[in-house]
Amino acid sequence: MKPKFDIIRLSKWFFLLSSLITVAGIVVFATLGFNLGTDFKAGSRVQMQLNQQVDETKVRQMFNSVGLKVDNTAVTVAGTGRNVAIVRFPEVLTPTQISQIDQAESKYFPKATVAPKVDTVDPYVAKQTAQKAALSILIAAAFIVIYIAIRFEFRFAVAGIVALLHDAFIVLAAFALLRREVDLTFVAAILTIVGYSINDTIVIFDRIRENLKIVKPKDVETLKQVVNRSLWQTMSRSINTVITVLIAAVILYFFGGVSIRNFTFALIIGLVSGAYSSIFIASPLWVVWRGRSLKKGKSGVKTHTA
Amino acid sequence: MKWGRFMAFLVMVAVVIGLTVGTAMPIAKKIPLGLDLRGGVDLLYQIQPSSGQHITESGKQALLQAVELRVNNLGVASPIIDLEGRDQIRVQLAGVKDQAAAAKTIGETAQLAMYSSAKMDPKTGAPIAPAGKLLATGADLKSNASYVQDPNTGKNEVAISFKDPKKWENITSTYLGKPIYIFLNDNLLTDPVINEKMFTGDSVIYGPQLTTPQECQQLASQINAGALPYPLHLQSETSVGPSLGQASLQATLYAGMIAIILIFLFMIVLYRMAGLIADIALVAYGYLTILIFNGLHVVLTLSGLAALVLGVGMAVDANIITYERIKDEMRQGRSLRSAVKIGNKNALRAIIDSNATTFIAGAVMYWFGQGDIRGFSVALMVSIIVSLLTAVLLSRMMLLSFTNSGVVKRPWWYGVGKGVLKNDEA
Repeated sequence: MKPKFDIIRLSKWFFLLSSLITVAGIVVFATLGFNLGTDFKAGSRVQMQLNQQVDETKVRQMFNSVGLKVDNTAVTVAGTGRNVAIVRFPEVLTPTQISQIDQAESKYFPKATVAPKVDTVDPYVAKQTAQKAALSILIAAAFIVIYIAIRFEFRFAVAGIVALLHDAFIVLAAFALLRREVDLTFVAAILTIVGYSINDTIVIFDRIRENLKIVKPKDVETLKQVVNRSLWQTMSRSINTVITVLIAAVILYFFGGVSIRNFTFALIIGLVSGAYSSIFIASPLWVVWRGRSLKKGKSGVKTHTA
Repeated sequence: MKWGRFMAFLVMVAVVIGLTVGTAMPIAKKIPLGLDLRGGVDLLYQIQPSSGQHITESGKQALLQAVELRVNNLGVASPIIDLEGRDQIRVQLAGVKDQAAAAKTIGETAQLAMYSSAKMDPKTGAPIAPAGKLLATGADLKSNASYVQDPNTGKNEVAISFKDPKKWENITSTYLGKPIYIFLNDNLLTDPVINEKMFTGDSVIYGPQLTTPQECQQLASQINAGALPYPLHLQSETSVGPSLGQASLQATLYAGMIAIILIFLFMIVLYRMAGLIADIALVAYGYLTILIFNGLHVVLTLSGLAALVLGVGMAVDANIITYERIKDEMRQGRSLRSAVKIGNKNALRAIIDSNATTFIAGAVMYWFGQGDIRGFSVALMVSIIVSLLTAVLLSRMMLLSFTNSGVVKRPWWYGVGKGVLKNDEA
């Protein structure tokens, strides 16, 4: 693809856009926090012996009729005859609500003879999994820095990690802003986005590294040109790849199960952000940093790492 | 046109399609699915403090940790462990073959005890119940018990070490030349005669209840998980359906199939014949991944599937990078054949570096993560290796043999539009 516009020259606007989203995200985290789903919050567990095969939709209708919202992943079918419904709520139910549920059950499921069994639940493993996921992403980032620093150079490594954390953060911010529910599948989505983001960035860095071997920039202007050309040379690939993965994510969002809708939603945001940050954040960031050393350095002694 | 090259290309295509159509389904059905995809068993334990014992908040946390350790020792992927009510623990497991043994390992403390003598069965003369002095218990042992095989006899054993070597030294010197009786949950494990004084505190135990490696590993993990702060009583055991819901998963499966077909078509529209080759390589990717998952006995969860989708993305990306490079080379005026060759070469470094970086991320997540994160990272690492084998190696072999066969000469077949080429023919 031929350069259509100068991405590097416009980079400050992209930095501004990403900063604004980041700040908005931080404000929402600080004030509202996440809308945690049943996976992460203590709440109630209602177990109903229905004496008939469980119809998930009907179970949801029953709880909606008494004004209770049922999460996407909250209904589980149990028992050898698939006739026990288990529903998790992210809040502890009041005695009034419990008696309402009891009445609704006899109305919706006349075959059920026993009153629903209600317990309070505190998830233990799920919370730990989320904490360990955050920790492993940070440690993984450290190891990625080492690898890219060896294969490319340190500045590429940092720019790549900034883009990676940017994408994870954008998804977190989007979920906080839109009050979308955070459950265990969200953790899997974040891990996937992190993997995609770094993979996407490296391919563009590779082209910059290659072009730097042909043209050794002596001033910032040439450097900007080289990077801009590299970005446009990889543009068809960037677009085609993100379209391919987006096809999968969008189809799964609209036609896949309701219970993974939060997961696919996170993927869609993360994939778009991953493609965007590789082009408009990671590479321009590297130019800013690398350009500084060019200005300082005297001509002729420029260190060239590629 | 070289028929030999073209035949080689056709053979590769036939092998991939044939193997996949012929054997993929039965192998895929053997892969165990996780709690979220297929459901599993739901165990409810009642915490039963001994008389005079109070359940404290820190005691509950210690109990949950011990339970988690035991579940992990079972090798189960992504369990759910919840504290329920004031004094119940709910554990949900998927992919467990022996539910009774699992329930036992989680809930029971291995009551290992060594006695100075035992009651004998009057008829057979075999020791049946502990008697005499209690010399040591499981609590005297370090948490590093492990399954070992005797290098000389090949016998399965559990290696143990005493927290206090002095204690074991005292026991072995007092009872030198006499038997001691080791009981596990009041069943005799073994009654070895002490032949020499032991100074280091290291020993092995074996016996008729420890014949298989599994039995040894189970005892070792019970010893390592230590005594539970409070005894647990198994209250109920029920099977549960997939936590993501049956109907929901069915819909997801269909959506996944539509997505794959669309991706295949998209690749063909973009890159024509080369796109078709990429699609065949993707089929090989899917097939090999299933094969390896089956071989590694990986329990597949939604996180694992997410990693596989990422793997598909990276596999497609590898092909897109290569084909765009080939187009670049053709724009520079290279012939079709040399463009394919050079394009492949130039694309390789970007593909290797990007895959290696993601692989490192996967390896680190495996190292520091647990449960779901590990499931994700295993699937990611497997899919990266497989994608390098198929989307890079196999795809390249197919593309080169197809190109060299000279069946088609127009660059159109590689997705190169008119007008970008200086000389239109190879």
